[in-house]
Amino acid sequence: MTVPRWIYLPAGVGALLILAPLVALLTRVDWATLPALLTSPASLAALGLSVRTSALATLACLIVGVPMALVLARSQIRMVAWLRPFVLLPLVLPPVVAGIALLYTFGRRGLLGGTFEALGLQIAFSTTAVVLAQTFVALPFLVLSLESALRTLGPGYEDVAATLGARPTLVLARVTIPTLLPAVVTGAVLAFARALGEFGATITFAGSLQGVTRTLPLEIYLQRETDPDAAVALSLLLVVVAVAVIGLATRRIGHA
Amino acid sequence: MSLIASFTVSDRDVSVDLAVENQATLAIIGPNGSGKSTVLQVLSGLLRADRGTAAVDARILFDQQTWLAPHQRRLALLAQQPRLFPRMTALGNVEFALRARRADRHQAMDWLERVAAGDLAHRRPATLSGGQAQRVAIARALAADPDVLLLDEPLAALDPSVAAEIRHTLRPILAGRTTVLVTHEVLDAALLADDLLVMQGGRVVECGTTTTVMSNPRTDFAAQMCGLNLVRGVAAGPDTLASNVGTLTGLGSLRAGQQAVAAFAPAAVGVYRHPPHGSPRNVVPARITRLTPHGQVVRVGTDAFAADLTPGAVAELGLHPDLAVFLAVKAAEIQLYAA
Repeated sequence: MTVPRWIYLPAGVGALLILAPLVALLTRVDWATLPALLTSPASLAALGLSVRTSALATLACLIVGVPMALVLARSQIRMVAWLRPFVLLPLVLPPVVAGIALLYTFGRRGLLGGTFEALGLQIAFSTTAVVLAQTFVALPFLVLSLESALRTLGPGYEDVAATLGARPTLVLARVTIPTLLPAVVTGAVLAFARALGEFGATITFAGSLQGVTRTLPLEIYLQRETDPDAAVALSLLLVVVAVAVIGLATRRIGHA
Repeated sequence: MSLIASFTVSDRDVSVDLAVENQATLAIIGPNGSGKSTVLQVLSGLLRADRGTAAVDARILFDQQTWLAPHQRRLALLAQQPRLFPRMTALGNVEFALRARRADRHQAMDWLERVAAGDLAHRRPATLSGGQAQRVAIARALAADPDVLLLDEPLAALDPSVAAEIRHTLRPILAGRTTVLVTHEVLDAALLADDLLVMQGGRVVECGTTTTVMSNPRTDFAAQMCGLNLVRGVAAGPDTLASNVGTLTGLGSLRAGQQAVAAFAPAAVGVYRHPPHGSPRNVVPARITRLTPHGQVVRVGTDAFAADLTPGAVAELGLHPDLAVFLAVKAAEIQLYAA
């Protein structure tokens, strides 16, 4: 199809809206002080915490998200179809609302807080809370991309494997998961990126303690008041990571 | 192993009874939408019948109380699409079937060699042609050592020449193996099956031995669906068959001396009172045995092979049983196959 020529105008405006802020950010970077700003103790602590918590959140997403996608795509239980829209919830919910909801679930006086406290675990305002908040917001990215890949793939290979006499667990381990590996990687990369950028739920549910819960986005928000150059430097870092992640993910999608 | 099944799938309006004897091949033939693939889906357990039973020997696959999952049924399904697992090599695919039944994985190569696919062992499915992939899929299905082999139009997606090769590979494999073969190609049934079941609109229209249903159909539908003349003989050249009704020239690439069969539609046969002249044709003298009306046409049975004519042509030629006639078939209408 050839698109009408005028369509390039609104499309160009949209592209500009995405790219212009990036250029603006680049113009404000103080390249001379950049290395020092990026390696300050506060920056390194925030960066280290972000990478560690995001990696753990991605792992958590994989552990529960792959089974969720399988159930959503393959289960014939009617309840599953009803519950499906709720998977989208973290995607559309304002993160600050998610943070409050998490607080009332795992907080000291929350729904499950008492249970955890009895076990000697305090979740709110800990690194665990950061991981939990990140997992909450990142989960739909993994589940939805994997579920759509499963639906596109169809049950054909699994059916053939079953008629060959393979038990469901063998089919899952040797046929379904290997075939979907590219989609699993894409989903995990997207989930990692979302976890890395998480701000609203984290600050509400986990607070902002340096080295404990103050991840990179929180550090940027804090520095913005006192040291704008440091905020810009750290922002640049997140932009670079985001672009790299997109590159990785789209290359994967292109392959599949 | 013998297979007996009788079941109904209400929302697809399919209701069938079928039986396959030990080591026999049953072909199910019918037009698209006649429910023949539904039958295989129910047998393999991918679809649940609303009611009915199926059993392999004394082992119940499903009935009122029991329902075995597909992986418990020991029936391997080979579909039109080979569906080789994309992340494994050809050999890996066959090994998977062996692993599924906890058999020695070293047999995998033997199974590939059985279907003349040994040289493909280390290839990925994406690099295989349709025919090559289907060979590997056959090896994989056989490696599962099923009690009953279910084939769902295994040749439909292939080029005619490739289909002929695979058909040739399948022949010795199906002999001595209980098989249900779904097809819309009467030739597959003629060359591969002992028994033939004709389906239309979700019901069995006719069932019997392949020879009986093809040569002596009871219904017009079966006559039209299974109208195919088969003349067996010995190849006299790449495109020539010497048979006891005469020499037939057609399309083929046979080796002289091999057993072969000529296949052509009754509608392609012309009937003459005197030897016809003109374009090069296969002309065979014959004697009419009977005239059977089948819907729009009359099937003219002879001691050589059958012809379909309009009632007008039958009247015009004054055909009647015991009359000596000449049958003519264009070479382009005759397909020759190694038997």
